[in-house]
This record gives sequence, structure tokens and C-alpha cells, in this order.
Amino acid sequence: MIRIVSTTSTLAGSILLLAFVCLASTAVYAEWQTLKEDGLHDPLNPALQWLQNPGDALGRMPSDSAGNKVDWVRAFEDGYIRPRSSIHGEAEVKQLDTEIIMNDTGSLPRVMFPHKPHTRWLDCENCHEQIFKSKAGATPVTMSKILEGEYCGVCHGAVSFPLTECNRCHSVPLNGTAKSQ
Amino acid sequence: MPVCKIRHIRLLAAVLAVPILVIVSLQTQAEYADVVLNRNSEKEGVRPVVYPHWFHRIRFQCRVCHTELGFEMRVGANKVTMEGIIDGKFCGACHDGETAWTVENCDLCHSGLPGMETGITGGHKTLGPGNW
Ligand code: HEC
Ligand code: HEC
Ligand code: HEC
Ligand code: HEC
Ligand code: HEC
Ligand code: HEC
Repeated sequence: MIRIVSTTSTLAGSILLLAFVCLASTAVYAEWQTLKEDGLHDPLNPALQWLQNPGDALGRMPSDSAGNKVDWVRAFEDGYIRPRSSIHGEAEVKQLDTEIIMNDTGSLPRVMFPHKPHTRWLDCENCHEQIFKSKAGATPVTMSKILEGEYCGVCHGAVSFPLTECNRCHSVPLNGTAKSQ
Repeated sequence: MPVCKIRHIRLLAAVLAVPILVIVSLQTQAEYADVVLNRNSEKEGVRPVVYPHWFHRIRFQCRVCHTELGFEMRVGANKVTMEGIIDGKFCGACHDGETAWTVENCDLCHSGLPGMETGITGGHKTLGPGNW
């Protein structure tokens, strides 16, 4: 499949293929593996029975098509989960509710980065100033760097929803009105 | 074939990268964002450690581990040792019999299949830090 695409090299073709493969992959991942069969846990470990299977917990939360197949933002917002902000109960945390539109996306929809869902989980210091400058447009983010695990790719593709979900970041239509901050 | 603009070539590269990533990822079935820690475990006669992000993020925000406890966000970058854990650092900050069960439950953490390397696993992967 990959070989055919690289010889025809048409954008439309590869996007079609992308859509197809993504569809195929969601079909394969429709369900959570049990720990015994996930290829990661040792089935001979007698303590395995004490560990929770992902589906038992994740199956009860707002579902999603990729990653953990949980919409973590909604799960948190709608009170399905109440993850603590500090080891010992709750601590004061800094929240920010601004959105940054990133325009350098070629012919794809622009990227909208929302601070709000991020600062519910993360501290400013998790991103600023090492990964991102606190100044719109000051960080030289590119898609290839993201795919290599930098910038947004530090978390997305590792722990947060994966990079196969283009339209969640590329969410502002080129001809639409940018609702910048 | 028409001459592509740089921008299109980049776009194509990005688009092409994805099916490849997805295909590669089809080989693994483990839960997304599970971390294997095996810098010394197997060398010293215990199974590799499996750390599940999904389980912990139900209970704790990222900031608890990645700010309060200072875990750097790169698999393998933190020099996690059993001695440190028993001293109440790393996993031991919680697995102390108070916030969570104690370190005596070796097999609950050392639960991985022998032979696995330190890294982050799961459904959809990038070329990211976990794979360096
Ligand atoms: C911020 C606190 C915290 C830290 C740090 C932490 N854990 Fe946990 N962990 C918990 C809590 C709370 C539970 C649930 C305990 C219970 O159910 O009684 C848990 C449960 C687990 C479980 C069992 C999951 C299941 O299926 O029941 C494993 C395995 C585990 N932790 C491994 C680790 C490892 C490995 C580390 C270090 C890399 C670690 N934890 C660090 C708080 C923590
Ligand atoms: C986690 C968020 C995120 C996801 C998911 C994502 N992108 Fe991007 N993408 C970005 C950001 C941020 C930029 C840089 C925008 C800027 O600098 O103005 C970007 C830029 C781009 C560009 C412009 C050229 C370049 O190299 O920077 C292309 C093309 C692109 N992305 C394609 C894709 C495709 C195709 C997908 C899905 C397979 C995807 N992106 C998924 C965040 C994302
Ligand atoms: C998940 C990562 C992340 C977190 C967490 C985060 N930010 Fe940001 N922040 C960004 C990104 C990405 C930008 C845009 C940078 C760019 O365009 O170069 C940004 C931009 C900013 C800007 C500039 C906005 C503008 O309009 O010029 C400020 C100010 C800022 N952040 C403050 C904060 C504060 C305060 C916090 C904590 C409450 C925080 N950020 C948490 C990622 C983050
Ligand atoms: C430090 C980690 C981190 C970085 C870096 C990061 N994110 Fe996120 N992002 C998260 C977490 C955590 C969530 C919550 C959902 C999840 O985990 O899947 C999230 C969710 C999102 C959402 C979903 C919001 C919703 O309402 O559903 C978007 C869009 C997003 N991120 C875009 C970006 C973009 C664009 C970048 C880069 C400019 C970026 N993120 C960088 C951690 C990160
Ligand atoms: C209970 C503790 C804990 C919580 C909560 C937690 N993490 Fe982690 N995280 C870890 C540990 C442990 C590692 C592995 C560190 C190592 O190998 O040195 C890790 C590694 C990572 C990595 C590196 C992955 C890579 O590819 O190298 C990222 C990114 C990350 N976490 C993001 C997050 C995000 C985003 C959240 C919140 C949604 C989160 N973590 C919540 C403990 C935690
Ligand atoms: C809370 C989770 C947890 C528990 C419980 C636990 N360990 Fe570990 N252990 C770890 C982690 C994480 C490492 C570092 C993994 C690595 O990179 O090899 C480790 C490493 C080790 C190592 C490798 C050498 C070293 O000191 O780092 C040995 C041996 C070990 N553990 C033995 C044990 C024994 C025996 C028990 C039960 C008495 C136990 N562990 C319980 C998490 C745990």
C-alpha cells in the first residue's frame, strides 16, 4: 500500500488512504484488551488478577475513537472522574481560558490551541517556557517536529489523544472567522 | 507530474507519515500510554515494571507527577530505582501504604513480560520520545 502511494504521489490519494487506514485502525481498536492478552503483562504473574482491566474503568466514561478511547476532557468536565490536583487532596491551581490560533498550516484548517482543557490537567511550567514561549507565534512549531515528539507531540501521540486525530487540532476552517482570544 | 511547492511536499510527508505510524501501531495492543520501565529490573531478577497512565490519570492530574513529584516527561529520563521508591521518592511518594498500597506488593508493579525494553506503548504511536 505504501509503495503504491509513493509512486503515484498524489495528495488526494494519500488522504484517501489515510482515511481508510484510520478507519481500519479504529475498527481494530473498538475494544480494550485485557491485561492477560495485551502483550505487555506477563500472563504467568499470579498478581495479575488484582490489577484492573482497562475496559472495566474506561468503558464507563464518555467514549472516543482513539488513544484510550476515552474523551478525557469531557470525562473530567462532566464529573465522571475527579483527578486530584495534589498528592494530598486539592491545591490551588492556575487556570487560563484563552485560545491561540496558529495559522501556518498550509492548505489544512488552522490550529486552535485551547488553554482551558490543558490547564485543568497541567501547570503552566509543564509547557512554559521550555516547550512553548508565552507569546503567540513565538514558537517555531511544525508538523514534522510534532511527529518527532516535540511541541504538541510531547504529549499528543504519547499520553493525550494521538496525532492521527488531525481535525481536533486543525479545527478552524481556512475561510472561517478565527475566534482568536 | 506537476512540480510541487515546498509546502505541498511537507504536507505530503506529514500525511504519508500517518498511515505508516498507524500500521506500525497495529502490531501492539497494549493500552495507550502504558509505560514499561526496565532499566535494571530484569538484570536484577525481577519482571519489568508496567506503569499505566490511564489508571493514574483517573485519580491524579498530570501536574501531580510531572510538577509536584518532578517526573520529567520523557520515558527513561528519570532515574527511578527501588531504593528511591522505598525512600518515598518516585512511585514511593504514593505507594507508601497511605495514598496507595505499599512497595511490598512487588508483582503489582513488576508485572511485565520479560524481554521488553523501557518505553511507552499503546495503540497509536508517534516517532516520539518513547521511541528514541
Ligand atoms: C500520585 C500518586 C501515585 C504515584 C506517584 C504512583 N502511583 Fe501507582 N497508584 C496510585 C493509587 C492511588 C493507586 C490505586 C491504589 C488503590 O487502588 O488502592 C495506584 C495503583 C497502581 C497500580 C495498580 C493498578 C491497578 O490495576 O489496580 C500500579 C500497577 C501502579 N500504581 C504502579 C505505579 C508505578 C510503577 C509508579 C511509579 C512509576 C506509580 N504507580 C506511581 C498512586 C500513585
Ligand atoms: C496535537 C495537535 C495536532 C495534530 C493532532 C495534528 N496537527 Fe498538524 N499542526 C499542528 C500545529 C500546532 C501546527 C503548526 C501551526 C503553526 O505553526 O502555525 C501544525 C502544522 C501542520 C501542517 C503545516 C506544515 C507544517 O509542517 O507545519 C500540516 C500540513 C499539518 N499540520 C498536517 C497535519 C496532519 C495531516 C495531521 C493528522 C495526521 C495533523 N497535522 C495533526 C498541530 C497538530
Ligand atoms: C499544554 C501546554 C500549555 C500549558 C499547560 C500552558 N500553555 Fe500557555 N501557551 C501554550 C502555547 C502552545 C502557546 C502559544 C505559543 C506560540 O504561539 O508560540 C501559549 C501561549 C501563552 C501566552 C501568550 C498568549 C498570547 O496571546 O500572546 C501566555 C500569556 C500563556 N501561554 C500563559 C500561560 C499560563 C499563565 C499558563 C498556566 C495557567 C499556561 N500558559 C499554560 C501552551 C501552554
Ligand atoms: C504537556 C502536555 C501537552 C502538550 C504539550 C499539548 N497538549 Fe493538548 N492536551 C493535553 C491533555 C492532557 C489534554 C486532555 C485530553 C487528552 O489527554 O487526550 C489535551 C487536549 C487537547 C485538545 C482537546 C480539547 C478538547 O476540548 O477536547 C486539543 C485541541 C489540544 N490538546 C491541542 C493541542 C495543541 C494544538 C498542542 C500544541 C500547540 C497541544 N495540545 C500540546 C496535553 C498536552
Ligand atoms: C501517577 C503519576 C503520573 C501521572 C498522574 C501522569 N504521569 Fe506521565 N509519566 C509518569 C511516569 C512514571 C512516566 C515515565 C517516566 C520515566 O520513564 O522516567 C511518565 C511519562 C510521561 C510522558 C513521556 C512519554 C514519552 O513518550 O517519553 C509524557 C508525555 C507524560 N507522561 C504525560 C502525561 C500527561 C499528559 C499526564 C496527564 C494526563 C500524565 N503524564 C500523568 C507518571 C505520571
Ligand atoms: C510501586 C511500584 C513498585 C513496587 C511495588 C515494587 N517495585 Fe521494584 N521497581 C519499581 C520501578 C519503577 C523500578 C525501576 C524500573 C527499571 O527501570 O528497571 C523498580 C526496580 C526494581 C529493581 C531493579 C534494581 C533497582 O533497585 O532499581 C529490583 C531488583 C526491584 N525493583 C525489586 C522489587 C521488589 C523485590 C519488590 C517488592 C518487595 C518491588 N521491587 C516492588 C517499582 C516498584
